[in-house]
Amino acid sequence: MTMEPKSFQLFPESASNFAPSVDGLYTYMVVVSAFFSLLVGFLIVYFAVKYRKKPGQGIPAPINDHSIGSMILEITWSVIPLALSLVMFAWGASIVFHESRPPADAINIYVTGKRWMWKIQHMEGAREINELHVPVGKNIRLTMTSEDVIHDFFVPAFRTKADVLPGRYTTEWFQPTKIGDYHIFCAEYCGTKHSGMIGWVHVLSAEDYDKWLAQGSGEGSMAEQGESLFNQLGCGNCHVKGGHGRAPNLYGAFGTKVDLSDGTSVRFDESYTRESIIYPQAKIVAGYDRIMPTFKGLISDEGMLKLIEYIKSLGDPNGVVPGKTLTSEPSDIQKSGQMAVPMSEEKPQAANKSTASAGTSANAGRQQ
Amino acid sequence: MITAPPPEKTTPNYLNHQHGLKSWLLTGDHKRIGILYLISVTMFFALGGLFAALIRLELTTPAGDLLESNQYNKVFTMHGVLMVFFFLIPSIPATLGNFLIPMMIGAKDLAFPKINLLSWYIYVLGGIFTLYVLLTGGIDTGWTFYTPFSTSYSNGYVIAAGLGIFINGFSSILTGLNFIVTIHRMRAPGLTWFRLPLFVWAHYATAAIMILGTPVVAVTLFLVVLERGFHIGFFDPAYGGDPVLFQHLFWFYSHPAVYIMVLPSMGVVSEVISTFSSKKPFGYTFIAFSSVAIAVFGFLVWGHHLFVAGQSIYAGLVFSVLSYIVAIPSAVKVFNWAATMYKGQVRLETPMLYSLGFIGLFTIGGLTGLFLASFGMNVHLTDTYFVVAHFHYTMVGGALLGYLSGIHFWWPKIFGRMYSQVWSKVSAALVFVGFNLTFFPQFLLGYMGMPRRYHVYPPEFQVFNVLSSAGASVLALGLLLPAIYLTWSLKYGEVASANPWGATGLEWQTSSPPIAENFEVTPVVTTEAYDYSTQQEVVHVG
Repeated sequence: MTMEPKSFQLFPESASNFAPSVDGLYTYMVVVSAFFSLLVGFLIVYFAVKYRKKPGQGIPAPINDHSIGSMILEITWSVIPLALSLVMFAWGASIVFHESRPPADAINIYVTGKRWMWKIQHMEGAREINELHVPVGKNIRLTMTSEDVIHDFFVPAFRTKADVLPGRYTTEWFQPTKIGDYHIFCAEYCGTKHSGMIGWVHVLSAEDYDKWLAQGSGEGSMAEQGESLFNQLGCGNCHVKGGHGRAPNLYGAFGTKVDLSDGTSVRFDESYTRESIIYPQAKIVAGYDRIMPTFKGLISDEGMLKLIEYIKSLGDPNGVVPGKTLTSEPSDIQKSGQMAVPMSEEKPQAANKSTASAGTSANAGRQQ
Repeated sequence: MITAPPPEKTTPNYLNHQHGLKSWLLTGDHKRIGILYLISVTMFFALGGLFAALIRLELTTPAGDLLESNQYNKVFTMHGVLMVFFFLIPSIPATLGNFLIPMMIGAKDLAFPKINLLSWYIYVLGGIFTLYVLLTGGIDTGWTFYTPFSTSYSNGYVIAAGLGIFINGFSSILTGLNFIVTIHRMRAPGLTWFRLPLFVWAHYATAAIMILGTPVVAVTLFLVVLERGFHIGFFDPAYGGDPVLFQHLFWFYSHPAVYIMVLPSMGVVSEVISTFSSKKPFGYTFIAFSSVAIAVFGFLVWGHHLFVAGQSIYAGLVFSVLSYIVAIPSAVKVFNWAATMYKGQVRLETPMLYSLGFIGLFTIGGLTGLFLASFGMNVHLTDTYFVVAHFHYTMVGGALLGYLSGIHFWWPKIFGRMYSQVWSKVSAALVFVGFNLTFFPQFLLGYMGMPRRYHVYPPEFQVFNVLSSAGASVLALGLLLPAIYLTWSLKYGEVASANPWGATGLEWQTSSPPIAENFEVTPVVTTEAYDYSTQQEVVHVG
C-alpha cells in the first residue's frame, strides 16, 4: 500500500495527464533561473577579483560615463528577462486553462474535508475515508466542500491541488495515467492535526476498479440516497415535476440559467443549489413567491451533496429518475446545459431558488 | 590586531551628552531612538530564532517526537509573527533608517521627534501584547491568520495577538509618515532629489507602502478580533461571511509588506556596493526609480497568493502577469549592482561581503518567485516547502543580509568603534553557507510535494530535512558571532575615524559617533551623490 521510500528523487511520481506539462514548464524555469544565477554569480566574482583594489592604489580615476550608466544596457536587461518571464506566464496560463476545464465525460466524485480527514463519496454509493479509488485513464472530477475550515486537496503525483472551502464548492480534475498509490495531502493549514490529514489515491486498472466499485456500500447510489432525503424533507410537495407547483420545477434545471425576480440571472450550479436551500430568501426565481423556509442546520454537508447529486440526476424533462446507470450519465454542466434545451419554455417557472451570503454563488476560480 | 584603547569620554557625542535611563526613555533624538529600536528588534529576532531552532530540531525526524502537534503549530506561528511583524518590518527602517535618514540629508532630526519616540512605545506595546500571547499559551493560526480557522476554530489567543499586530501597525504608519515629511521638507541646501543617496530613495518608497498598506492589515486583523470576540460575520460562512475575503484583505498589505522588508535592504546594498567599489552606483536613476516602481506595482499583485483559493481564473491571470512585471525592477537593480563593481576599486570588507551575499541570495529568491508567479506552476508549488524556501531567500537572504550588511557598515558611525574584521568575515561566510544549506533543500522538498506547516511528514522527505536542519545550525553559529564581537567592540573595539570606509554620504562628514545635533553647521551640498573624486585616500581598517 505504501510507496517505497526513495531518498534522492528530485521529481515526484508522474501519474496524471498534467504532470508532464507541469514538469516541462518547471524544467524551463530551472534552466532560465540557473542561467541568470550563474551569470550574476560569475559577474560578481569576476569583478571582485579583477577590480580588487591593489595596495597603495590611489584616489579613484575620474568617473567614466560608460562605467556609471548605459541606457542600452538598462533596456537590454529589462527586456530580455521580461520576455523570458512572459513565456513562463503564457505557458502557465495554458496549463491552467486545461486544468480549469473538466471534460464532459469526467466521473464525478464528491470530497468533504473535515478536521482532520477526507470523506469521499462515489456516485454509485461507495464511501471511503482518506482513500480515493479511481480508474486509470479515465477523467475524474472532484467536487469538494469543507465542513469547517479551509483545507486543500493536494496530490503531488498529479501536480494539482485546490482549496476546499466551507460554504461553497470547488472542483479539481485529473486523468490518472499510471497505476499505483499516491499521497493525498491537506495543503492548507487547518489546525492541530493538519499534517495527519493525509491519505492515498489508489489508481486501479479498469477491471480492478469495477471490482472495487461492485463491493458497494449497500446504501444505494448518491442520487438514490438524495432522493430519499428529498422526500423525507418534503421538498417534492412544492417542487412538483413539470413546474406546476408552488415552487419551480427542478427537472432538467441543473446547469441552466435561471431568471430571478430582481431581473438578474444566475447559473443553476452546486453553489447556487446549496445557497438556495440554506438561504432561500436571497434569490427568488421570477414568478414565484417567497415561501421556502430555510433548511439551515437540518442537512449535513454530505446530505447536501446527495441532494445536489439527486437534483443533477433529474435530467430528463419527463421525470424519469435514472437508476444504476448513473455512472455513464453526464453529470457535468455542459452536458446538462444541452439537455436543458427542451425545457426552455418552462423556464419562466423554473426553480424557486434563493441564495444569500455574499460570495457563495460567486463560484470560485478554477472550477469552471 | 585590535588593541583596547582607553575609553575616550572627552568628546561630547549623542551617546554621552546626557546620562541615565530617563535621558534614553524620553529622548527625542532620532539616533537614540534608533538604538532603542536596535535593542528591541534584536531581542525579538533572538526569540524568533529560538522558535526557528525548535522547528528545525523537530523536523530532523519524520515523526513528531520533540513537540506535540499543538506545540509545533504554536512554535511556527510565533516564529512567523515575531520575525515578520516585530523584526523584519521594523528592522532596517526603524534602526538604520531612523539613525541615518536625517544625517544623510543634512538635518538635525526627523520632522516629528516626539512622534518618532511615540512610534517606539507603540511598537513596544504591540510587542508586549504578543509576548503576553506567548506566555499565556500561544497561538496556532500561522502568521497568516486565515479565516475561518482563526475566527472560529483556533484554540489560541487570537484576539491578543491580533490586537498586538493591530497596535504595532501604527508604529509603522507613524515611522513612514515621519520619513516622508522629513525627506520632503528637511533636505540640506543643494541636496536635490537626484543627489539623494539611494538608501533615502529606498526608504521613501518603503514609507509610502507603510502608510498606504499598513492600515489595511490593521483593520483586517481588527475584523478578525470582532468576528472571534463578538461573532460579527465577515469571514466565516457560518455567520454569512466569506473566508476568501480575508485572504484578499490580508495579502493586499502582506504582499507589499515583503517590499517593506526588502526595499530598505536594497538601499543598504546600493550604498555598500558603491562605497566598496569607490564608484558611483551604475544607473543611479534606474535604481532610484525601480524602488518607486516596486512600491507601486507591489500593490497590484496580492492575488498571486490566491491562485488555488477559489479566485476567478481570469483574475488569477491578471495577477500572474502583474507579478512578472513587478519582478523586472528587482532584476534591474541586481544587474546595476553587479555593473557598479565594473572598473571600480573593489574592497572585500565585511559589509561588502554581506552585500554580495545579499545579491546572490536575493537573485535566487527573485528567480524562484517567477516559478510561483506562473499560475500553472503555482498550482503544484503553492503551500509547499518551495514557497517556504522562496520567501526565506527573499526575507532572510534578502532583508536579513541587507540588515547585517548595514549594521556592519554603519556600526563605526553609530558607536564610534571598529569590530573584529576577521570574525566578522567568518560570520559573513558562515551565514551565506549555512543559509544555502538550510533553504536550498527546501526547494527540492517543495517540488517533491512536501506541504508546509507539517509537523509529521512521510519518511521519503527526511534526507532533505536533515540537510536543512544541519544548515540551520551553521546559520545559527554565523548569527551568534556578530552578537559577540559587536558587543565586545563597544568597549574594546578600535576607535573609528569619522569616515573609516571612504564613503561619500553626509553622515560620514561628521564625527563618529555624531554629536547630538548631527552637524556643527548645516552642510551645503554642491556635488552630485557618490562623488569619489573629492575623497581623501581611503584609510584601511583591520
